Amino acid sequence: MHKEDKGRGVSVNIGGEREARLSLSGRLYLENLHYVMEWVDPLLEQPLLKSLAVDLAGLVRIDSAGGLFLLRMQEEARRRSIRFEFLNISPGVRGITDLIDKDVIEPRPSPKVRSGGFFEEVGETTVMFLGDFSQCMTFGGILLSEVLYSTLHPASVRWKDLLLSVKKIGVDGLPILALISFLMGLIIAFMSSLQLKQFGANMYVASLVAIAMVRELGPIITAILVAGRSGSAIAAEIGSMRVNEEVDALVTMGFNPVRFLAVPKVLAAILVVPLLTFFSDLCAIGGGMAVGILGLGLTFRTYAELTSWALTVHDVVTGVVKAMVFAVLIAGVGCQRGFSVAGGAEAVGNATTSAVVAGLFLIIVTDSVFALVLNYVKW
Amino acid sequence: MSSGEQLVKEGMGDGRVIRVEDLSVSYGDDVILQDVTMEVFRGEIVVVAGGSGSGKSTLLRHMVGLSRPSSGRVEINGIDITTASAAELRAVLRGVGVLFQSSGLLSSMTLAENVTLPLSEFTDMPDAFIEAVVRMKLAMVGLEGYEDHFPSELSGGMRKRAGIARAMALDPDILFLDEPFAGLDPITSAGLDLLVKRINQRMGTTMVIVSHELESIFSLAQRIVMLDRGKRGIIAQGDPRALRDESPDPHVRHFFNREIEEKDETGRHGA
Repeated sequence: MHKEDKGRGVSVNIGGEREARLSLSGRLYLENLHYVMEWVDPLLEQPLLKSLAVDLAGLVRIDSAGGLFLLRMQEEARRRSIRFEFLNISPGVRGITDLIDKDVIEPRPSPKVRSGGFFEEVGETTVMFLGDFSQCMTFGGILLSEVLYSTLHPASVRWKDLLLSVKKIGVDGLPILALISFLMGLIIAFMSSLQLKQFGANMYVASLVAIAMVRELGPIITAILVAGRSGSAIAAEIGSMRVNEEVDALVTMGFNPVRFLAVPKVLAAILVVPLLTFFSDLCAIGGGMAVGILGLGLTFRTYAELTSWALTVHDVVTGVVKAMVFAVLIAGVGCQRGFSVAGGAEAVGNATTSAVVAGLFLIIVTDSVFALVLNYVKW
Repeated sequence: MSSGEQLVKEGMGDGRVIRVEDLSVSYGDDVILQDVTMEVFRGEIVVVAGGSGSGKSTLLRHMVGLSRPSSGRVEINGIDITTASAAELRAVLRGVGVLFQSSGLLSSMTLAENVTLPLSEFTDMPDAFIEAVVRMKLAMVGLEGYEDHFPSELSGGMRKRAGIARAMALDPDILFLDEPFAGLDPITSAGLDLLVKRINQRMGTTMVIVSHELESIFSLAQRIVMLDRGKRGIIAQGDPRALRDESPDPHVRHFFNREIEEKDETGRHGA
């Protein structure tokens, strides 16, 4: 039996049945091994085969995969108790087969991965969650004490970094925040006006937009946007610094990495997020006003007056306080996730995702707490 | 086999596998390399040496088509990779392996998966055989048993060796090594020397090594190409021992003899 494929540069010649002789000539390398295997594997599986001689006289070129193929063929024959020999093996081929570690020819049994049962997994997850919680708490404590220290010692704050963060978190986020808030106000006003029209209560659209946005939606929208834009960026930045040993370098130079990296970002967020929230409120009211003037026949003056009657200082102040708390949570979680990165690029990605998810979770939980508490606290 | 691969296996016919011709690289007004011309012949080990900032790594990046030069050409096996189409470049690069300075292993994959990647992508071997090839490659660089480790779990030297295993996965004809010895202890370094030599002798792989480690240069290099920051190009080529002892350029002698130099007479190396 003779098989030759010039295009692949190899020819396989098989003769005899019980005492077979296999000649390989041409080139034996990664690109054509697959083809050679198709012919050689059935040969080894023949039940009548007693001995096999492999003639390598015509082999011009061979790579390490080709060498491995030859050795595996030899091993396979030994396993099947077939007498096996190489004929005319050249020093070049020998040089390559000698490079190959004989242990790799037979697959090593892969270590069994023990899978724990349901209870074990629940236990592990709980321990992991508790560990994560305690890490967050510890970091939160450190961060708060550092922020407090920095406010008492303003000279220790890296103002340049802080201003840069103010720009990144605040100024750069303005356009998208303005757009989202304006459209939110517009949608709320439009949807509610459709219902209120039926009762002739069009004028309440203004108060509805104002109260909904200033008390609840403004702080939430702003916080979600900041968590997505800046919480993730903070985690990724600090995480990459961990991977590149920049954080370790800071520690050995005698810096406190939390004070150096986290405090400017957290302070910037505390300064900027309330302003962003206020801005978001204004834009939403603007959106509502657009509907009021264009769709409901209200004048600018009427709409503004209706809005100012609906809002109290209490609403605005609680909105700002909420925003400050959200700011600490978002920036804090971002920093914590960043500092907890260990490993490589994938860990940075995980930390970034986790910073956003944990940030959103904390925002919603805290907002619920605020809603409950503010219901009772009035002045 | 496509014509590109054919050429990769056959070379230019006259023994030259790489030809760099009048290569100039500049970033803005900053000229890094100017009119560099050099050749690499089949089966030889060439070390590209030079002080920090002399453009060694820049030259390497251009030799493997990662950056396009300001002017000049780089031919690998007769194909000018500076003007080659993306498909042609890919075909040429199939015959080329590169070890990056920081190993370039994908951190989200285990060593075995890293080495498997090119094999399963570019060959149609059965999985069991690919797995054996992967273990063989890792065993060649002394990393048997580390198949399931992630790069972040390894030391720097081990990562370098794993990087070589991946670069060698497809048995390339040309292997580029960027600073393979930087940051390694003398024993690991010597082991790597031996590995590079063995691969070169047994498989006939052409090696282009960027390094400034003198010990490895003397033990490995059959030819050395020395770059200089002041001249923005090659100041010496040839056998490293001959250059050390006989070079007319004092800077070259200082480099190979590991000597401090005065802010020197021509004002060339002070930059």
